[in-house]
Amino acid sequence: MIKLVGVEKTLGGQPVLRGVDLDIPAGKLTTIIGGSGEGKSVLLKHVIGLMQPDRGEVWVDGIEISRLKGRALNDVRKKFAMLFQGAALFDSLTVFENVAFPLREKLRLAETEVARRVEEKLEQVGLSGMGHKFPAELSGGMKKRVGLARALVMEPEIILFDEPTTGLDPLMANTINDLIVGMHRTFGFTAVMVSHEIPEIFLISDWVAMLKDGKIAAMAPSADFQKTTDPAIREFISVGGMAMVKNVNRESLKT
Amino acid sequence: MLIFLVATFAWLFRPPLRPFQILKQLHFIGFKSTFVVALTAAFTGMVLGLQGYYTLRKFGSEAVLGSVVALSLIRELGPVLASLMVTARAGSAMTAEIGIMRITEQIDALDTMAVNSLQYLISPKLVAGLIGVPLLVAIADVVGIYGGYLVGVNLLGGNPGSYWSSIESAVEWKDVYGGILKSISFGLIVSWVCCYKGYHTRMSAEGLGAATTEAVVLSSVLILVWDYFLTSVLL
Repeated sequence: MIKLVGVEKTLGGQPVLRGVDLDIPAGKLTTIIGGSGEGKSVLLKHVIGLMQPDRGEVWVDGIEISRLKGRALNDVRKKFAMLFQGAALFDSLTVFENVAFPLREKLRLAETEVARRVEEKLEQVGLSGMGHKFPAELSGGMKKRVGLARALVMEPEIILFDEPTTGLDPLMANTINDLIVGMHRTFGFTAVMVSHEIPEIFLISDWVAMLKDGKIAAMAPSADFQKTTDPAIREFISVGGMAMVKNVNRESLKT
Repeated sequence: MLIFLVATFAWLFRPPLRPFQILKQLHFIGFKSTFVVALTAAFTGMVLGLQGYYTLRKFGSEAVLGSVVALSLIRELGPVLASLMVTARAGSAMTAEIGIMRITEQIDALDTMAVNSLQYLISPKLVAGLIGVPLLVAIADVVGIYGGYLVGVNLLGGNPGSYWSSIESAVEWKDVYGGILKSISFGLIVSWVCCYKGYHTRMSAEGLGAATTEAVVLSSVLILVWDYFLTSVLL
């Protein structure tokens, strides 16, 4: 469904992606892990055509999208939705208007149908009755949930998640993860997630890939990935896991 | 910058057309700038009336005060001052708004939803600049002429009949046409430069500050430079 072949990208004179080859299975939840600054978000932006590779190809459903522009690119993007790291809600619109935005822009629906679908999605993410609020009045976790509702409302074939739980407390991070897994099981979309929340990602992902030195160092089903013998990957996984344990312990001490 | 302008114009004529967005921007750029533009024009007209009256009196020509005030405003000061005020009030706000949308990935979010950000965000602002600035200039011209009348006639005792009749005899269609042409091109410069700088802002608070400053300075300088070249062609 999504395939990256030899993708290279240099930003500000610094090579970020140095030949990424990645085949993302359809209908599965694939998580890309890697250290900060490795280019995980850059990789995700290539998948949806927000960035074009200097070299290489990006294929979505048999269409090479890296050189597409205008309407042709928009036609491909109709298959996608994306949950941004900071939720990227339109701050001049209310929660309701944010979730309704893609419906109003892309589908010619009656306002009653728009309202029904928006309320349904807000209820699914636990934000029923919050439609009148503006993004500035919401907490980080609530913004992410609104972003998730907006991503889901068009029932896309592919959803990209850019660090959906970064910056959230462990309980809210679990809530978001549960929502993503629940929605994925319900709707069966292809999910590509960028995260470094170890070990949680092993519990929720079908496949895990690791980006290291601008290339995919390893990709395997979640259970197999944890058994890797590669020392660099083992170190990343174990240090990440320990950091998470420390974080959880600190949270439990506070309460 | 030129590619940005051409692409924005190209998206303007593709469906869906966005009349509500255009009206919203017209309200922001045009209606909300009315007070500051009128205030600037009123005092400019009053100063012209004051300076003009005392200068013309030396030559015994107070009767042509109206034409001096009106021609100065319609040909030059109305379009230039109104555009500079729109740059300061609305242009800087446009850059900041678009820049924040860029930094917080709201523009990327639009693109991922297959909504072209140039069409949704920039085209309505460009149209609003093209329509709003000429209307503001028209208001500035009228208010300025009345400002000159207030000082030259009501305060300094000039002849009201001479004031209006000198305007009627001196101002030609060519002057009005030149003023309209200038105000349309200045409106384009303000919207174009300010939107471009916001759209291509660097991803930091410092970058946003720099983009806003660059937008105001570049728009103002371009208005003054373009004014010279356009005047040399129109005269």
